[in-house]
Amino acid sequence: MAKLVKGETGDWEIVIGMEIHAQITAESKLFSGAPTKFGAAPNSQVSLVDAAMPGMLPVLNEKCVEQAIRTGLGINSKINTYSVFARKNYFYPDLPQGYQISQFEDPIVGEGEIEIDLPDGSVKVIGITRLHLEQDAGKSVHDQHPNKTYVDLNRSGCALMEIVSEPDIRSPEEAIAYLSKIRMIVRYLETCDGNMDEGSMRADVNISMRRPNAELGIRAEIKNVNSLKAVGQAIEYEAIRQVEILESGGEVVQETRLWDPVKLETRSMRSKEEAHDYRYFPDPDLLPLKFSQDWVDEIKASLPELPDQKKHRFMEDFGLSHYDASVLIAERSRADYYEEVAKGHDPKLAANWVINELLGILKKNEKTLEQSPISAEKLGGLIALISDDTISGKIAKDVFADMFKNGKDALDIVEEKGLKQVTDSGAIEALIDEVIASNPDNVAKYKSGKDKLFGFFVGQVMKKSQGKANPAAVNKLLKEKLG
Amino acid sequence: MSLDIKSIKKVASLARIRMSDEELERISPRLSKIIDFVEQLAEVDTDNVEPLANVVDIAPKLREDIVNDGGYEEKILANAPESSQGYFVVPNAIEDNT
Repeated sequence: MAKLVKGETGDWEIVIGMEIHAQITAESKLFSGAPTKFGAAPNSQVSLVDAAMPGMLPVLNEKCVEQAIRTGLGINSKINTYSVFARKNYFYPDLPQGYQISQFEDPIVGEGEIEIDLPDGSVKVIGITRLHLEQDAGKSVHDQHPNKTYVDLNRSGCALMEIVSEPDIRSPEEAIAYLSKIRMIVRYLETCDGNMDEGSMRADVNISMRRPNAELGIRAEIKNVNSLKAVGQAIEYEAIRQVEILESGGEVVQETRLWDPVKLETRSMRSKEEAHDYRYFPDPDLLPLKFSQDWVDEIKASLPELPDQKKHRFMEDFGLSHYDASVLIAERSRADYYEEVAKGHDPKLAANWVINELLGILKKNEKTLEQSPISAEKLGGLIALISDDTISGKIAKDVFADMFKNGKDALDIVEEKGLKQVTDSGAIEALIDEVIASNPDNVAKYKSGKDKLFGFFVGQVMKKSQGKANPAAVNKLLKEKLG
Repeated sequence: MSLDIKSIKKVASLARIRMSDEELERISPRLSKIIDFVEQLAEVDTDNVEPLANVVDIAPKLREDIVNDGGYEEKILANAPESSQGYFVVPNAIEDNT
């Protein structure tokens, strides 16, 4: 899926590395007991530590450490039982300490790799460089006053995991697939809610261009890329911008750029340039973090089945295609629902109904799976009726529509409406005889060689049975009768 | 090692300390002296010595994840030179991209 950009002087390859900031799911902050809930009144969730009042000392939250270890294990990465917190120094109004407590030389999680699923059904492995723990900053609001900035420190001190990838990504599609997979993994693990709208997951994209397989070029870092769609758009834009510079003999400037989702362009953040000297040093307020391998093993034993494991199991145990399996595992609740439907029923048929019918009708009605009027058990009931030939697939769609409206059991609807499939050959033969008797002309034409009319007879018989005749039986008996 | 005016200016600006040219001239030889003194440490052979992040070799005590703080915005904002509707109010900090 590596995508080459065609320039005027030849092809260019896009090289992308990503930094994903994921807010850790925890009740309280990384170094204080203030709450982390989204949407509270400004500065109501701030402790004196988060506001950097003199004399206040940070105390590390055990749950946040555990969540970072869980995530590290989920992205198949090395867990470092010794890590060090460092200060990253810079000035900004939403950073009251004047430094962010982060990790630099010794992060809690080291190298690893994950699989990404691409739209064409192929799989690619992307390397993980590291994951480290750090504090989030507060929030600056610029639209309350024409020449003032308003600052809310509620987010200040919330725990973040920064997940850094290797520069292994080669196209907008791969970048989107990578971000989706990381999001899926943290949601399965319940270490981050993955909610990009509320900013609990944010991505920075590092991008450079080079001639295929040549040395790496100079990169620009794009910030504020806050949706899957924006990731694709920002990369497309930036790739073309850089190729234009390179082809006209210029040089890409190593800088931070901001994605503008309204104007659909990246812009230089000039004023941040000189501040790029962070002067990291170990935070003297915090001891190096140490924990036992036993604790890591304990956490490892408690991990749920991860998306890729589930995907491979669905393919192997249920015989599903890679595509169907990857659609079903996209959400943990969706995968659970599917497994419930498939319990004791035909797993491929169950996959078809969940993916094509249920997800379709939910989307049309703007409902989530949790709001579905059809429970997994009830959908299983419908599938059982199809499998044992009680109803045809066509009738099943009508029953399904009814179930969606009123939440009733499939069998009740079939009985109330008398929709049971007619498989009794006597009854079907009687219908066929009626159709033959009332269409002598067409019978004659058919017998003289107009084979295409066979479909007409099937249609007539099905119509007479109100769709309830078993289509296979109708075909078989008609062939015999028409000779 | 002597610390030139340009380096001192950079350090001062990173630390947000405004210094006049006169002050820079005055401080330059003094800072250089301090650097020279500290540079004696570079003479120590540190091959095969692990960097030391802290002098006490104990693991930190961790906090349980419970909410037991916050909820006092008036205290948080008490020293703010300017505040409004619960926010700190500061000079415009938006990126100028024009």
